[in-house]
Amino acid sequence: MKANPRDVNTGTYYMDGDVAAGYGALAAGCRFIGGYPITPSTEAAETFARIAPQAGAVFIQMEDELGSIASVMGASWSGVKTMTITSGPGYSLMMEAIGLGAMIEAPFVILNIQRGGPSTGVPTKTGQADMMQARWGSHGDYEVIAIAPDSPQELFDYTIKAFNLSEKYRCPVMIMADECVGHMSEKVVVPPAEEIEIEPRRFYNGPKEKYLPFKPDKDLVPKMVKAGDGYNLYITGLVHDEKGYPIKNQLEKGKRQKLPTRRLVDKIRLNADKIIELTEEGMDDAEVVVVSYGISYRVAIRGIEIARGKGIKVGNLRLITVWPFPDKKISELASKVKAFVVPEINYGQIVFEVERCSHGQANVVLVPHGGAGVHNPEDIAEAIEYAVNEKKKIRKVVEWKTRLEKFVFEGGYKLNK
Amino acid sequence: MEPLKMIEKDIQPMDVHPMNDILRMDRLPHIWCPGCGIGTAVTAFAAGLDKANIDLKKTCIVSGIGCTGRVAGYIKLDSFHTTHGRGIAFATGIKVANPDLKVIVFSGDGDLISIGGNHFIHAARRNVNMLVICINNFIYAMTGGQVAPTTPLAAYATTSPFGCVEPPFNIPYLADSSGAVYVARWTALHVRRLTNSIAEALNKPGFSVIEVISPCAMYYSRINRLGDGLDMMKFYHDNSEIRHGEDTKNLDIGFQTKIIVGKFVDRERPTYMDSYNKWLSGTKKAEK
Repeated sequence: MKANPRDVNTGTYYMDGDVAAGYGALAAGCRFIGGYPITPSTEAAETFARIAPQAGAVFIQMEDELGSIASVMGASWSGVKTMTITSGPGYSLMMEAIGLGAMIEAPFVILNIQRGGPSTGVPTKTGQADMMQARWGSHGDYEVIAIAPDSPQELFDYTIKAFNLSEKYRCPVMIMADECVGHMSEKVVVPPAEEIEIEPRRFYNGPKEKYLPFKPDKDLVPKMVKAGDGYNLYITGLVHDEKGYPIKNQLEKGKRQKLPTRRLVDKIRLNADKIIELTEEGMDDAEVVVVSYGISYRVAIRGIEIARGKGIKVGNLRLITVWPFPDKKISELASKVKAFVVPEINYGQIVFEVERCSHGQANVVLVPHGGAGVHNPEDIAEAIEYAVNEKKKIRKVVEWKTRLEKFVFEGGYKLNK
Repeated sequence: MEPLKMIEKDIQPMDVHPMNDILRMDRLPHIWCPGCGIGTAVTAFAAGLDKANIDLKKTCIVSGIGCTGRVAGYIKLDSFHTTHGRGIAFATGIKVANPDLKVIVFSGDGDLISIGGNHFIHAARRNVNMLVICINNFIYAMTGGQVAPTTPLAAYATTSPFGCVEPPFNIPYLADSSGAVYVARWTALHVRRLTNSIAEALNKPGFSVIEVISPCAMYYSRINRLGDGLDMMKFYHDNSEIRHGEDTKNLDIGFQTKIIVGKFVDRERPTYMDSYNKWLSGTKKAEK
């Protein structure tokens, strides 16, 4: 299905990433955003609030992030595409609701413009430290999809993709951008509506009496109806059967029940190959592969250039989809290359996924950054150089001491014995 | 007795339950304890829905968590059982995204006034078009009788073993001062009046609140030695006083004190969607 011309402000712009995300949301067919102002994501909410009336969409500023995400799920079951916009502290408040979103299989998108540090942290500076929270933040078993764009253009494009994925797999989709991308101004091309592919909601159109709200299709994703269609839906956060009824009673009666949480996990895991999007370059003869995402990828490009200038064969793997994690791809590469170098703006999150998937076949080097800025490309180049020269198999993640770490922490803290 | 005769006369042999269209019979028996007032409130709600003459296909019910949070699951409408305290926020999303729907939030005092208190006052301020039915049993019952923001001063609860030391919320006053357009309070004994109130509020545009004082025979009455459900009903019978239009400031409930019930607020204010559309049409004209 193509986008509605009414939703698309075709043209070439010079805009920042947050604004581009607002345009992207409307172009994707978003009709409801419940949000709460939080730096550095406010421009996205402001943009959407300004352009929403042209398409009959609504922006409502809720009383807090708990309310924002709850309203977004309500609107989603009301039959429209929905999104909420936030950053670190607000994202933490939304965690409980992400579990509900996964459980009631409400399609919605969360745009998280990550800031640096825990708690209030550095509100106006960048960070990539919410990556594990995106995956594991809510309690219980569930799977989500997370995308990490690296430029304002991508914030436009991948906001649309995030909506498409959420409609297709009926799960919360996170756009894990960071302040650097959100506040970076670049050229953004908004294509004509007929060039934008959007995924319509998977509405049920069979006989009414046979409808079961959680009966999966072939791809494990159930069809949806909307509130007010007379289906007498029962949507609950309790573990429920295909009809939506809580299963506790049936379990007590000793019936064999398929726990739906199994499907919530499997619908993403088994479709992972279709969901995952990566870019790779220079892999053929690579001795070391740099694995990066978001703004770190753009810094890594320069680091790789420097390393290649010294004659090192470096591959460049970018995770566009961070969750579900590309296990297969990393395992496959691990048997071929000497080491992975993972620059990220935190003290180690995705690097442990890389370590897990490399199964001890390759060394894994973390190039950390505490936030509030991006890496120095020289550090990445040096980490690559170290990785290619290291002969030993080191069966744990090696933390590369960057210039910043050496300068600020003088080689790191030591415990007094 | 007069009322009994009246009921007897009305009883006709039936194949199905008279509320078959409104309750999910396949989910019964329900989870509520003997002597609980929630079932009575649900009966009044079902009768009120019938009386209000609204399109049930276009009606949604949203609940939070707790004993009353289970109500949504027994009502045969589009029902949503959400996370703790988020019922009103969830309902705001439903209503704003599709203004054709009629939305009812049916939940408990802990859910709506404590953890969801912020959503309650803000939805009232915005005047989002919804009916909130708040069952007030003075306690967190689902979790075993802990002190609530509505527990009267000096009443016992499992987490206030020496008596509640905090003054409780006066729910009608909170709703009134936050901007609700319809505020009423009844007890689980006032079934007919509660039914009428629900029917009236369902047709009232704006944020309406009906508080239902309900006995919790299992926890609140037991811990405070107030007898069983029937004793509580007797207490409501002897100690509740109907005072329509009473200033909501005067509606505090103390431990085993008089309960003032009635319809306290009934006023007109532009609803959220009215204001939104008005603003929108204004900007459109300005653009031209």
